[in-house]
Amino acid sequence: MITLQWLYALAGTMFAAFAILSALDRGHSKRFGNAAFWGLMALSLLGGDVIGDFGNGLLVLGLAGLAGFGFIGRSHPPTTSVEERQGWAEKLGNKLFLPALIIPATALIGTLVYNYTAVGDLGWIEAKRETYVFLGLGVLLALATLFVWLRPPAIAPLQEGRRLIDAIGWAAVLPQMLAALGVLFAAAGVGEIIGSATRSVIPEGSIFLTVVVFGVGMALFTIIMGNAFAAFPVMAAAIGVPLLIKAYDGDPAVVGAIGMLAGFCGTLMTPMAANFNLVPAALLELKDQYGVIKRQIPTALPLLVANILLIYFLAFR
Amino acid sequence: MNYWPLLGIALVVLGFALRMNPMIVVTAAAIVTGLLAGMDGVEVISTFGKAFNDNRIIAIVWIVLPVIGLLERFGLQQQAAAVIRRMKNATTGRLLILYLLYRQITAAIGLHSTAGHPQTVRPLVAPMALAAAEKQHGTLDEDTAESVKAYSAATDNVGLFFGEDIFFAIGSIVLIQATLATYGYDLAPLELALWAIPTAILAFLIHGARLLWLDRSLATSAPAVVGEGDHPRDGGGVLDGRRTPPPRNARSPSPRTRGEDEQ
Repeated sequence: MITLQWLYALAGTMFAAFAILSALDRGHSKRFGNAAFWGLMALSLLGGDVIGDFGNGLLVLGLAGLAGFGFIGRSHPPTTSVEERQGWAEKLGNKLFLPALIIPATALIGTLVYNYTAVGDLGWIEAKRETYVFLGLGVLLALATLFVWLRPPAIAPLQEGRRLIDAIGWAAVLPQMLAALGVLFAAAGVGEIIGSATRSVIPEGSIFLTVVVFGVGMALFTIIMGNAFAAFPVMAAAIGVPLLIKAYDGDPAVVGAIGMLAGFCGTLMTPMAANFNLVPAALLELKDQYGVIKRQIPTALPLLVANILLIYFLAFR
Repeated sequence: MNYWPLLGIALVVLGFALRMNPMIVVTAAAIVTGLLAGMDGVEVISTFGKAFNDNRIIAIVWIVLPVIGLLERFGLQQQAAAVIRRMKNATTGRLLILYLLYRQITAAIGLHSTAGHPQTVRPLVAPMALAAAEKQHGTLDEDTAESVKAYSAATDNVGLFFGEDIFFAIGSIVLIQATLATYGYDLAPLELALWAIPTAILAFLIHGARLLWLDRSLATSAPAVVGEGDHPRDGGGVLDGRRTPPPRNARSPSPRTRGEDEQ
């Protein structure tokens, strides 16, 4: 059976190659820092289950130290110039979009076929991981197509991949770090503290104001945790279930569904949701790492108000 | 109740506000929070390490980078921009509204991981949005280009967040159902998913309106084109020492240089 381990192996091998190519890159002033950083990522993906919890902890400290104290930097592996790219684009035209579509198409068709036909009954793929597996398959198919069609140098995909991962830098690892921070917050009881703090500000007897505290609380707690999933159980336990659903007889489906979406408004406004807000800023090479968040706040705030009103009018019909 | 762990949160807020390196901020906050919760040093590091290892699935998406990089090598971004330049009516706002709709609909039918910042925004959406903005605005200064790129990423997020919950088999719906079930409210996932539709529509309207606004500001902030039209007021036919710039579409065959290469 194809499991997540196969994908970890694929990604781990790729990071190992990035590490080796970094170390060999004589034109790169921080080549050994980059080599160590991507090497640790490779170790995590290939050997994370072997080195133990404490070993993983040290690995994370290593990643944080290398990134935090400026030991990694951008690289400039050999690639084509803008003029060459323009030339290729004119020559190849819209056919260039086809290999770009192989990855999403494989993920889409594979997932649908696996879930809705008898193929899924064969049990070839770890349950609920099929989209990831087909994503990986799509990557390999796209690479094979590009090699057959355009015959780039054999090392090109890895060098081009390294060019992009070095442009992203530590932001590529940050989402995983933040997920781990969330686990520590939860273990330290941050959820209960926030829950009791929110309960203490609720005005007695007003359904509307209770809905406001619930919606704003979902957004604020999501801003702190970077993830509405962490906020929802806490706010449901503090306000949603005991007050909105039980005391005021609100519709549980509305309170639950739209309460979660109020949290998503918080996700749009926080650097803690790094994979949505900081990673694209790095990926698009913005000067302001909060540039994406700044463009999202004017959508998130009115939408939060809208969600609060929706809960009030739909749950208490 | 032990309120000390809140210090960890304060540390994160402070660190992000001061724009310190987030890797250091997060690590320090994790260690402080763990210690304040009564763990010893080894236990904190082990808990942090285990949680990091348990979340390795987040790193898998980077396997698309070699393909994206290879496609950039062969001019994918240039081709995406060229397609937009050939379209008469393409504007940044309209293009991003179309992508918003596409992202919401695909996410709503469970295809949320088929698009995203590495897979679609960097190689396709952002270069297309920049090309459209150039048509509206003329050559883009750095701040405007940065803004258009940031709007491209923001549109992806808004579309994803307020589309995916309409799909009943997504993690957040499962979480809502499981949480409420512990209190004795047994809801069908489909019932929850339906209540995500009003917010999805409002998100489309609010963000869509902002994108149309972006179009307006791109068009109105365009550098005044001297010499457009033949009226003397516009500089047409008058030689008063001002050099008449070439018509805007005269630039089109020359490749845009900045912001496209290491975009």
